[in-house]
Amino acid sequence: MRLLYNLKSGAFATISGIDAVNVDQPLMQRLIALGFRVGKQIQVMRKANFNGPLHVRIGSTDIILRESEAKLIQVTE
Amino acid sequence: MKRIALLGMPNTGKSTLFNRLSGASARVGNWPGITVDLMCAKILTGSHIAELIDLPGLYDLHGFSDDEQVVRHFLSNNEVDLVCIVLNSTQIDRQLSLALQIRNLGIPAILLLNMQDEAKRAGITIDAAAMAAQINMSTLQLSGKYGDGCPALLQKMAEVINHDAPKIKADEVAKRLEADSQIELEMQSIVNSTVQIPTTLNNKTTDNIDKILLHPWFGLPIFIVSIFLLFQFIFTVGAPLQDVMAWLFDQTRTVILDPLLSTAPTWLNGLLLDGIYNGVSTVAAFVPIIILFFLVMSMVEDSGYLSRAAFLMDAFMAKLGLDGRGFVMVLMGFGCNVPALMGTRVMRSRGMRLLTMLTIPLSLCSARLQIFIFMIAVLFKPSQAAWVMFSLYMMSLFTIFITALIFKGRFVSNEPFILELPPYRFPTAHQIWARGWQEVKHFLIRASKFIIFGVVMVWLLTNFPSNVPSASVDTYAGQIGALFAPILDPIGIDTHLAIALIFGFVAKEIVVGSLAVIYGLQGDALISQMAQNLDWVQGMSFMLFSLIYTPCLSTIATLKTESKSSAFMWLSIVWSLGLAWVVSLIFYQGARALGF
Repeated sequence: MRLLYNLKSGAFATISGIDAVNVDQPLMQRLIALGFRVGKQIQVMRKANFNGPLHVRIGSTDIILRESEAKLIQVTE
Repeated sequence: MKRIALLGMPNTGKSTLFNRLSGASARVGNWPGITVDLMCAKILTGSHIAELIDLPGLYDLHGFSDDEQVVRHFLSNNEVDLVCIVLNSTQIDRQLSLALQIRNLGIPAILLLNMQDEAKRAGITIDAAAMAAQINMSTLQLSGKYGDGCPALLQKMAEVINHDAPKIKADEVAKRLEADSQIELEMQSIVNSTVQIPTTLNNKTTDNIDKILLHPWFGLPIFIVSIFLLFQFIFTVGAPLQDVMAWLFDQTRTVILDPLLSTAPTWLNGLLLDGIYNGVSTVAAFVPIIILFFLVMSMVEDSGYLSRAAFLMDAFMAKLGLDGRGFVMVLMGFGCNVPALMGTRVMRSRGMRLLTMLTIPLSLCSARLQIFIFMIAVLFKPSQAAWVMFSLYMMSLFTIFITALIFKGRFVSNEPFILELPPYRFPTAHQIWARGWQEVKHFLIRASKFIIFGVVMVWLLTNFPSNVPSASVDTYAGQIGALFAPILDPIGIDTHLAIALIFGFVAKEIVVGSLAVIYGLQGDALISQMAQNLDWVQGMSFMLFSLIYTPCLSTIATLKTESKSSAFMWLSIVWSLGLAWVVSLIFYQGARALGF
């Protein structure tokens, strides 16, 4: 299973799931409101140095999130 | 009166639309969750006056952030005649869910597809009529930024609120807030049939700018250099304006006020001219530079660069127990600490919120900026000014980082960090002007509240008892100064400066004003007199102390209400006073030991 965290900068993928065990309800709602839905295409725009955040694009929304959150998003390339 | 609420996700231009409709000026920021106080305004819809309320931005009616709770509480406790749901047209594919949630509550609502201009540029077309039919809600396309579609909106508002539909009770809304499902599927189907989004949606300009400004190695240096250049610009343009103001105030006194009050009793003449006039005019001379500062700040905030700063700084902030948003709050604090403290409401974890709130009062706000501009003019050559100022900003950041490092063990959190990155935007002249005018008003309110009180108090303390020379050691001010001497002597702060510092506790604007009162001088005369009395080591120690100790009573009050804890408020006060003293002591004794 690939995670958003594993993707290289510039890569495209499709969201296949969100780790329901490690994502609590408030975080799940925030993710959904920002467009993290199964079947959506996601692109990694860039990654910050020193294990900093990822900059991703879903549809017309640009989002930054930490690696710890990117490990919760499952993707297929 | 009919009540209309504006509601929408962060970054939908809701506040801009509010300003456009109300003609007033709510603060706008290109930063999620910036609208923290509920702004209200009276607006004319059709032939009736209605009350317009700007609710905080929210992602989800069921969300868990403080802002989302505010909206829920508002809707469960207040009956509204109309909710205007503001959506960003370019992000309609995910934002429509909010409209469906509101519709399910049964409150009369209009759907506003905002940022029509950006959607058009991105090639997104929305069939508003078909959408209106499908969600069973009036739907308008508009641009709050440029005002397109606003007259039609006012007309629509009038139609809806004057239509005597049975109003839904607030407690009924509270019940319905508890459950809704199926929204995901419905949203998908509506979007598919009414919205056309190009398959490759690229904002070329934003992407190209991001390639430079978010560059893995150069991004951060570019950010620091840009901020430095912006400040440099403010001082280069602002300093001559300030000189003109000071000269005008000086002339007004010699040409008009002195002759006018020459026959008044000595004490009245002294109170009005040496007290209130000198004090207030010395502070008022800074108004142009402060306006300029806020104009530049508002452009930076609205541009979207601050969210990028959060991206660039997050890895570093994580090591301090904070996140990228904390860094943005600190930058906001450069303007005024109070809204920055309120901005921490977007954080869910209490530990992170408190840790961020502990650092914000150390951020060099515009009121402290006045002290430094003034003291730098007293102590340093114009060629050195920019570097001294830059070092004070660096010192401000340094104390923030130290504070976070020391306290991160006490305020632990595992807050997820997810943040929307808005496209780069340039504010319109209207937005910039509205913001500048708001700051002038803000200054005048503070002036009438604190500065006059402060300078009158300082004048009384430095002129009584009346049988001793004014500002001498025998006045009340001198006695108070002597009381604090054991603490303040080791950091090089004399009696005059001590009085200014004590009143600076109320508000930092008072500091410069009270120096004018203490010395009984204004303008160039004040600066040259102070230059003779102080050396740069003392002055620098005074600036460091002013930078670090508690900014003002408003900040303290905000700390208490936002943290809901007196203990936390006292921690902040004691910590900042202690840190201020220690830093000044190390600097002053160190510099003296090195022979300066």
